[in-house]
Amino acid sequence: MLELKGVRAGYGSFQALFDVSLEVREGEAVGVIGPNGAGKTTLMRVISGLIRPTAGSIVMEGVDLTAIAAHRIVGLGIAHVPESRRLFPRMTVEDNLKMGGFLPAARPKFRERLEVVYTLFPRLAERRRQLAGTMSGGEQQMCAIGRALMSDPKLLLLDEPSAGLAPVIVEQVFDLVTRLRAGGLNVLIVEQNVQQVLRVVDRAYLLKAGSIRTAGGAAELLDSDTIRAAYLGV
Amino acid sequence: MAFFDIYLLEALINGILLGGVFALLSLGLNLIFGVIDVVWICYAELIMLGMYGMYFVYSVYHAPFAVAAVTCIAGVAVLGVILHVLVIAPLLGAAPINQLLATGGVLFFLQSAATVMFGIEFKNLGLRLPVLKAAGMFISYARLLAFAAALVGMVLVYLFLSRTYTGAAIRAIAQDRQIMTLMGVDTRRIYLITSALGGALAGLAACLLVLLYDVHPFVGLSFGPIIFLICVLGGLGNLAGGFVAAFVFAEIISLGGLYLDLEWGYVFAFVFFIVMMCLRPEGLLPRRS
Repeated sequence: MLELKGVRAGYGSFQALFDVSLEVREGEAVGVIGPNGAGKTTLMRVISGLIRPTAGSIVMEGVDLTAIAAHRIVGLGIAHVPESRRLFPRMTVEDNLKMGGFLPAARPKFRERLEVVYTLFPRLAERRRQLAGTMSGGEQQMCAIGRALMSDPKLLLLDEPSAGLAPVIVEQVFDLVTRLRAGGLNVLIVEQNVQQVLRVVDRAYLLKAGSIRTAGGAAELLDSDTIRAAYLGV
Repeated sequence: MAFFDIYLLEALINGILLGGVFALLSLGLNLIFGVIDVVWICYAELIMLGMYGMYFVYSVYHAPFAVAAVTCIAGVAVLGVILHVLVIAPLLGAAPINQLLATGGVLFFLQSAATVMFGIEFKNLGLRLPVLKAAGMFISYARLLAFAAALVGMVLVYLFLSRTYTGAAIRAIAQDRQIMTLMGVDTRRIYLITSALGGALAGLAACLLVLLYDVHPFVGLSFGPIIFLICVLGGLGNLAGGFVAAFVFAEIISLGGLYLDLEWGYVFAFVFFIVMMCLRPEGLLPRRS
């Protein structure tokens, strides 16, 4: 459904991605792992349009994302949960969710989507009138994921969803990925938490210094010596 | 003079009425700053043009007041959009000082253009609104009307910001500009809407101020500085802070004018501002980060 070919991107004169090609097929959950500064966040941003590629193509269900305005990308069914959540801190939980359903196509479904999100995260329903910035990190992560789900996406981009969260909450976040997949959502997830992410995805790519080094099935990568040596410390 | 008497009450009421108008004046400027992160130094000059608009449509072309007011609000809203497209949009990525200089340049341009086009004579609508006398106090009907209209204007803006999707986007963009794209929001469109709204508020202010003051090319100077002080005192970009600061300022001016001369009221207000800037440089209600 999503295919990147030879994507290059960066910030000013600094190039962060070098000819990255990857693919998310229908029904898949795909992980991108790699060390700090490998370009994982840049990869997510270039897909959702926060930065535009300098070369290459990004195609979502036949539409070239590089040819359309950045704010139209979410309308194609790609929702991005950005690194460090980026909620609107001085807006209520429900207003944050409302922003997630800003697209004209999503507005008539607002109540219905709100129901879905509140069923998934009962905690958010309790806190619907609370300012998002005053919640705990785990609650904010739920709110950020909930906000992305409001547009009823086909593909969810998760950027370091476990960063800065307590281990028990991290557990819940990865559980959630499994549940979302069961609901038919495709997921592309970027993580440093290699061992845990490889348990919930089908395939993964290893990104290092801006290019893809290895790709393979999750189980295969978990067993691979390079990954084990580099990331699992065993 | 007794400490609490009918004059004090009258001054307090006049302060509240003035505060409502100040609050409206600062709302537009605050909104623009909060959303676009640019200060329209020429904000008061947009109001000046609106006042001329009122003068021409009402006094010269003899349109009914309501028609003149709607024309004026719509006209200044269009001016706001033109200002954004011609001056602000090309400078969005520029250093703040360049943006200040550019909108400051527009201020002098508009003052000079008004002088050339309309001359320096003071003009007014020739309306004589009565003064209400109640319980021994004199309350100007024009001020009461201005206060009521300002309040209605502010309530409408509040409802727009709190109830609509566009309003939510306007509030959100002030908190995280970058990720608006991820919500499917075209920020350029929101900037245009906000500029039109800021202009419309300046237009509404013009309709009300023209009841209280004569219009001339430099009339902006008599309330422009106060609008900026109120916005800064309230915490620039903070709408609630600006609202509170407007009433604080108006009461200081009104009460200062009661015990001394009217000019002393302004002196106290400015001294209060300077002291507050030393004590609370972020404003009364700073924007939490």
